[in-house]
Amino acid sequence: MARKTPEPVQIVKQRRDAALRALVGGVPYITFMGISFDRRGDELTGILSFDEKLIGNPMLPAIHGGVTAAFLEVTAVISLSWAYIWEDFESGALDAEALAQGNLPRLPKTIDFTVDYLRSGLPRDAYARATITRAGRRYASVQAEAWQDNRDRPFAQATAHFLMPRPDQSND
Amino acid sequence: MSVDKAKIARQFIQTIPHSKALGMEITALGDGMAEITMPYDERFIGDPKTGVIHGGAVSALMDTCGGAAVMSHPEAPAGTATIDLRIDYMRAATPGQAITARAEVYHITRSVAFVRATACDDDTSRPVATATGAFTVEGR
Repeated sequence: MARKTPEPVQIVKQRRDAALRALVGGVPYITFMGISFDRRGDELTGILSFDEKLIGNPMLPAIHGGVTAAFLEVTAVISLSWAYIWEDFESGALDAEALAQGNLPRLPKTIDFTVDYLRSGLPRDAYARATITRAGRRYASVQAEAWQDNRDRPFAQATAHFLMPRPDQSND
Repeated sequence: MSVDKAKIARQFIQTIPHSKALGMEITALGDGMAEITMPYDERFIGDPKTGVIHGGAVSALMDTCGGAAVMSHPEAPAGTATIDLRIDYMRAATPGQAITARAEVYHITRSVAFVRATACDDDTSRPVATATGAFTVEGR
């Protein structure tokens, strides 16, 4: 049997980037915080662009602990949602065009969220990646880590549990 | 808590840029207890389908409130930093309503303050979220 011809690179990239843009752009709080996502294949890296309004201690100065927590939570939710929809939009079951038009899947709901502050967040850009440690039908566990200058010296880490949206409610 | 200490803590918290950006206001402060309210704002929406505020904004409110409670404690001489914070989300906050967090220092040692916090919207009988955290006690 002949192998299926691979899709042209720009088609693949365009579909994935459009899906990611739709997922991230649909959440006002992510825009408010100045968080964006860098994509390499299916791997996402959250980027928190530094801004004065993210400061929590003006004397040091340092990024607000709440900002760090929020950044890790956003990275965890988006990474989790992305992993759940990946198969669907790659197979065509979920239309990237429809996604871009605002027909977004329901987001996972946070059950609990624990953040450890390892170092103070410096007044500069920060990066974060999440790992899904368990992806169940109803519950998921996610770990996330944030760093600034040095990937091996994270300034915060988080563990979170999420309630996954039910597939039959995906369009309500 | 002396009037001066309350004033200094209040002034410090009101200069925090991120707390200002989220529109937080201190409604009560003193003796290891703080109450801070955050108005509903469409920019803080986390779920565009329901208009519910993002958990991250609730985390920022809990963290600020916990830190404020520590700073207002008579045995905490200066600043504080969060060591860890765990937040349990009980239900979605009702869109359109402000969220008010209340934090208390329930135990303090020479170096660590243990804090509990609860966040509610207009229905104060059913909390939106609760949090527990450990904060540093600095400057002694």
